[in-house]
Amino acid sequence: MSNKSTKSKKTILIVDDSELNRSLLSDMLFDDFNIIEAEDGTEAVMILQERELEISLMLLDIVMPKMDGFEVLAMMNKKGWINTIPVIMISAETGSSYIDRAYDFGAVDYISRPFDERTVKHRVMSNFMLALKQKEMADMLSEQVYARERDSRLMVEILSHIVEFRNGESGLHILHVSTFTEMILKHLMLITDKYKLSQAEIKVIVNASALHDIGKMSVPEEILNKPGRLTQEEFEIMKRHAAEGAKMLADIPYRNNEMLIRIGEQICRWHHERWDGRGYPDGLKGDEIPIGAQVVALADVYDALTSKRVYKPSFTHEKAVEMIQNGECGTFNPLILQCLDEIKDDLKRELHVDSPMQNLERGVRDNVEDILKASGSDVSNRTVRLLEHERMKFSFFASLSREVMFEYVSSPEMILLTDYSSEYLELPEKILKPAESEFGSRVFNKKDFDQLLTRVKNSTPESPMVEGKYLLNIHGEQKWHKVVVRALWNNDGEHAEFEGALGKCIDISEEAEEIQQLEVLADKDQITNLLNARAAKTKISKRLATQGDKQYALVFFDLDNLKKANDKHGHLFGNELIKTVADRMLNNTRSTDICARFGGDEFVIFMQYKDRHQIDRIFRCLTKDLKGFPVSVSMGIALSDQCDGDYDKLLHMADQAAYAVKYGGKNSYKFFSELTGNGGGLLNN
Amino acid sequence: MTVEECYAKMGGDYADVMSRLRTDERVKRFLLKVAEDASFNNLCENIAAHNIEEAFRAAHTLKGVCSNLSLIMLQESASAMTEMLRGKTEYSAEFEPYLDRVKEDYAVTVDCIKNLD
Repeated sequence: MSNKSTKSKKTILIVDDSELNRSLLSDMLFDDFNIIEAEDGTEAVMILQERELEISLMLLDIVMPKMDGFEVLAMMNKKGWINTIPVIMISAETGSSYIDRAYDFGAVDYISRPFDERTVKHRVMSNFMLALKQKEMADMLSEQVYARERDSRLMVEILSHIVEFRNGESGLHILHVSTFTEMILKHLMLITDKYKLSQAEIKVIVNASALHDIGKMSVPEEILNKPGRLTQEEFEIMKRHAAEGAKMLADIPYRNNEMLIRIGEQICRWHHERWDGRGYPDGLKGDEIPIGAQVVALADVYDALTSKRVYKPSFTHEKAVEMIQNGECGTFNPLILQCLDEIKDDLKRELHVDSPMQNLERGVRDNVEDILKASGSDVSNRTVRLLEHERMKFSFFASLSREVMFEYVSSPEMILLTDYSSEYLELPEKILKPAESEFGSRVFNKKDFDQLLTRVKNSTPESPMVEGKYLLNIHGEQKWHKVVVRALWNNDGEHAEFEGALGKCIDISEEAEEIQQLEVLADKDQITNLLNARAAKTKISKRLATQGDKQYALVFFDLDNLKKANDKHGHLFGNELIKTVADRMLNNTRSTDICARFGGDEFVIFMQYKDRHQIDRIFRCLTKDLKGFPVSVSMGIALSDQCDGDYDKLLHMADQAAYAVKYGGKNSYKFFSELTGNGGGLLNN
Repeated sequence: MTVEECYAKMGGDYADVMSRLRTDERVKRFLLKVAEDASFNNLCENIAAHNIEEAFRAAHTLKGVCSNLSLIMLQESASAMTEMLRGKTEYSAEFEPYLDRVKEDYAVTVDCIKNLD
């Protein structure tokens, strides 16, 4: 172990009541390990509770106050920690009974005092390496079992889908029959001990149920998919599928001892037998029919009833159950009918909600757990549990976040989407060759995707985060997203290797819209909803710059008697006056004209100029009485052909004209061109 | 006083401790901790208070500390004390001579350690 970076150091827990002994041990080991110390058993247990997964090995004293070493071992057994954390006992006690007892409790080794540096280091290191190897093997094993189980389930599914496809059945028939069979069998075990089936046998029956119709491969397609009633002769051919299916399985060379094959044969051959003995092909009666075939028969009937077929519409769950219970679709074992009655609500939920993917995953998961349990490997079990825990945690958070999350795998190159993301984007969960896929060239703009990928690949293990804003195509709509990606670097050895990346896309289009709205708000005067002075200047300047040979008028006015309105009728009325004037401005101009309030009682209208009547009309509208209060304005007008495209000059001219009105008797309007000599202005700034 | 001289004076086994802990520097560092170790005081207090089970643990710990540092003389008296207390729950006047020996050896040991260079 020459790697001394803190990051890759493993952690050792040292439990000893003597501070001196603890520091002596950590002194010997701190070069190669991170050290946590506990001064008695209770503290050790507390640390284990919180940091179980961090701790790679434990050195444990026996004689300690509060809780001694044996009690700690007992607790570690109870909690299962002993299976993953190797414990080396330390003590001055060398009596063999102590040592034996510690071994019985699952301790892996024993170091006696006085400590010898080489012995301590050597024992710790070798036990640590041993545990590490064991864990790696266990992980490998469970991954392999997982993959194998998944593959074989998949093969059964593929096979049965071929049959379904040929039968023109829905893709869910096989899955429904499996689920139904499993639920009925499990419930059957609860209500009777007449049929002694182990968990493993139930599992095999459930798997084998997928094969029940393989014999239909031998039935001509015209008969299989004939929309009308079958003739007697056709029906005889159809009926052969039961015996044919059993034969297909029986003919598989060298495999006739496999339980799946044997039970598969039974199910194929006898899933059309009836409890009253009037079924086919053999006319078996009652419990002469193997229980697996009995249950599959019911499952098959139920699913046929609730599905649409070429020769019939689909019935509801309730109707189907009723028809079965009334004996309209054959006779069944009363115990099985009791099961159906007792779990019909659960059945409805399972069969009409479950997606096939979930079903497959769940089946695989259960089987992996069973297999590993059967192999007696506690460690593997725990690995599966942890793996499962992580998966669950991830899918839970992923489903909560409502964000598109993906994993990029560099070799073989692909993108994996979470359930939610794949549904949301309407893309498959696994996307090969992502750059050429819908994901890399439709959702992402192709150039963006390539650029993002390059950035991720150019990141470093020290700073693996890449972030950027991208316009993504979501259902044909362009929406801004913040994309955050974390590159995964394999840190083993000298050269870091790029392995892939995790990423998520956060929809910020609403955020962007909000910002835009805030910008609009900032342009508006708060009381009147007119533009403010700053925004007016920007807009008017823009228009002046592009005016061409159009003639514009800038109308500037202030209210002559706002103060009087406030004094006489209060501020509320003053505000109402301002708002009314603003409304009158908006109502008497076009939406393309610019109306602004410069604060206080000063207003501006900027519009295309026609003639004097236009101004006169606006003036008269503005100065109508408000609830008996005479509205009076002093208004000045300047025309844009006199300002050389300069907004400030234009405003100044209008201001001067308004000033002239104010001091010439108020409540009127004047054009700048009518002024004689240079007057003052109303505007202060 | 060097570490080796110190060991000679307090009845320790210098060769043994060096073979296990490798350096003078480390041995010295841990010797200095002996004076701070609580187990000797725990032993005295618990015998005085007649908490015999606690006293046993303290004696046991002290023995372990001494053995780690090859403090043979003190280790032997602590060990004798430990065996005397093992399995007992009641105070007995028999303990006192053993405790006196531990106190004596402890005093010598701590005195030597204080005089280290």
